Amino acid sequence: MKRRTKKIGERGKPPLPVLLGTRNIGFSRMRGQLAPYAFLSPTLILVTLFFFIPLVMVFILSFTKLDMTNFGILEWWKPVNWSLDNYVKIFTNRFLSRILGNTIMYVAVTLALFNVGMALVIALITTHIKRRTGFAFRTLWFLPRITPVVVYTMMWRALAGPAPMGVINKYFLVPLGIGGGEYLLHTHPWVFVFLVNGFIGASFGMILFASAIESIPKDYTIASRVDGASTWQTIRYVELPMIKWPLLFVTTYQTLSLLTSFEQIMLLTDGGPGLYQTEVWSLTAYHRALTSYFGNTQWGYGAAWAVVLVIIGIVMAVIYLRVFKFRELVEEPKIDQL
Amino acid sequence: MLRSKLKPALAYLVLIVPSSLIILGFLWLLITSFSTRVEGLQSLGWTLNNWRFLWESPFGPQYPSIWTVTLNTLVMSLIMTLIVVVVSSLTGYALSRMKFPGRKGFLSLTLILHAFPSVTLLIPIYFVLLWIAKIPLIGRDVPLLGGFGYNTIGGVALVMVAFQLPFGIWIMKGFFDNISWDMERSALIDGASRFKVWWQIIMPNIKPGIAALSIFSFLTAWNAYLIPLTFTAGRAGKSAVLSLYLQNFISESVMTEWNAVAAVGLFQLVPVVLFFLFTQEALLNIYSGGKKGGV
Repeated sequence: MKRRTKKIGERGKPPLPVLLGTRNIGFSRMRGQLAPYAFLSPTLILVTLFFFIPLVMVFILSFTKLDMTNFGILEWWKPVNWSLDNYVKIFTNRFLSRILGNTIMYVAVTLALFNVGMALVIALITTHIKRRTGFAFRTLWFLPRITPVVVYTMMWRALAGPAPMGVINKYFLVPLGIGGGEYLLHTHPWVFVFLVNGFIGASFGMILFASAIESIPKDYTIASRVDGASTWQTIRYVELPMIKWPLLFVTTYQTLSLLTSFEQIMLLTDGGPGLYQTEVWSLTAYHRALTSYFGNTQWGYGAAWAVVLVIIGIVMAVIYLRVFKFRELVEEPKIDQL
Repeated sequence: MLRSKLKPALAYLVLIVPSSLIILGFLWLLITSFSTRVEGLQSLGWTLNNWRFLWESPFGPQYPSIWTVTLNTLVMSLIMTLIVVVVSSLTGYALSRMKFPGRKGFLSLTLILHAFPSVTLLIPIYFVLLWIAKIPLIGRDVPLLGGFGYNTIGGVALVMVAFQLPFGIWIMKGFFDNISWDMERSALIDGASRFKVWWQIIMPNIKPGIAALSIFSFLTAWNAYLIPLTFTAGRAGKSAVLSLYLQNFISESVMTEWNAVAAVGLFQLVPVVLFFLFTQEALLNIYSGGKKGGV
């Protein structure tokens, strides 16, 4: 416990100026040139196989009508077979506005209430109460993340179940006389979509914020106490401004991960219970392309849905680089000249 | 006086109310796995029947037993962890300590991939795996792993490695950046190769980083659902992993045995919870190395 505090505490210090590297002895031109690429080669191979080729392919596929029935027949790599039909199909889809609305609502509400909101609340409270208790609570909140997602969603279905089986109905709603004991997943599917995703999402920000708060030098908080600030004032005027970067980071990073995550929704409601009621963009892409619903695995059409997300992803990633002071991150290494 | 006591109480309340949902959920899971039926948290009859899968295959002998599936999951998780740690520390080292043309481009690429929604590439990755499966020797029929193509443990592990890499590289680079290079420099002057320096001098010095990344990768792999689901054919095949094995109990046509699902789920969960309890201190370190990545 002590070791960790110290470690995090040390992060606050500015890096020592590097005094070495002024003298250039000119070591090893010989092995030098190729060595870096040898170190990078495994990553290069994997990134090519699973990012570059797929990225190019997803664009090409999105212009074709490739599906399971014409697989091996359609020469999808030939520009002759490319067209914008899939995109026309997406933008004339009569459920488009509903899916788009769902996606925005899902990302915005989960992010605000849980991935950032709840995460910040837990991090703040657990760092201001007894250390051990704080740790216990953070472990508890980590559980949803390490629970197999199938079991986790099943657990939530049990919580939402109809009376007398459902836990929430049996112990809270029925005794209080709220509702008729219906299956809550059918009556309030969105509440559970937010809860199920939010409880997983909160742990990411929680850990980051908690370690950021703990790395704030104690002098600052003590000084504010001495000046007569209340706990809330210390949080508001000392701690929150100091964790500005983690806050911004979690917000941008989690926006992207929420935008593309659909496992939980797929297992919880699979876009239902009503027609496209909880269907989000990424789930649509998956449904069209890879589940043989009515036996239609429309790879091309699904790829077109995915491409829209890919473009959003690239744009946001580039913005994210700008915001996070990219130049500092890529400063030249100090070694390599002795 | 009252006010000063009220506020901590309020804080605890804010913490406990949402937390109680998690507690209730897991309590339900535990009770269900030992019951014939439950009503809320109340068991309507205790039984060990749900845990039968431990000693006999519930779907008949032609299906893999839970132990085969567990072994698959373990192999996949370990392979994935091993590759992630080795590859990210190689790359992280090069990015942290070496100067070469294209370094800046490579770093920005890593960062972009770090934020990139890789799930959107599932469709074409399916095709890539189909190609790999056609390559002789590594594609198919490798002992234990099955190979690196479609519908093999190795293939699934490889995809997960690729998804984990940008994060791993970034974390490892952070850890390498934090160690001074005095020792390394003297070793290099003495004529050691870069590879030797990396393996013998630097790696032992970033054990906390290696531990943190390993734990994180292992947890990710153990619970992986979407990637195994998408890239293995059938959930009872010979490359099934635990999260898919669960799906066998959930069926649209027959009554789902939720109690058995709970038991299998706990079977999958308990090892990682124990693992997590013993390693959480080390896991929290992950963010001290990745500090520069905006974390």
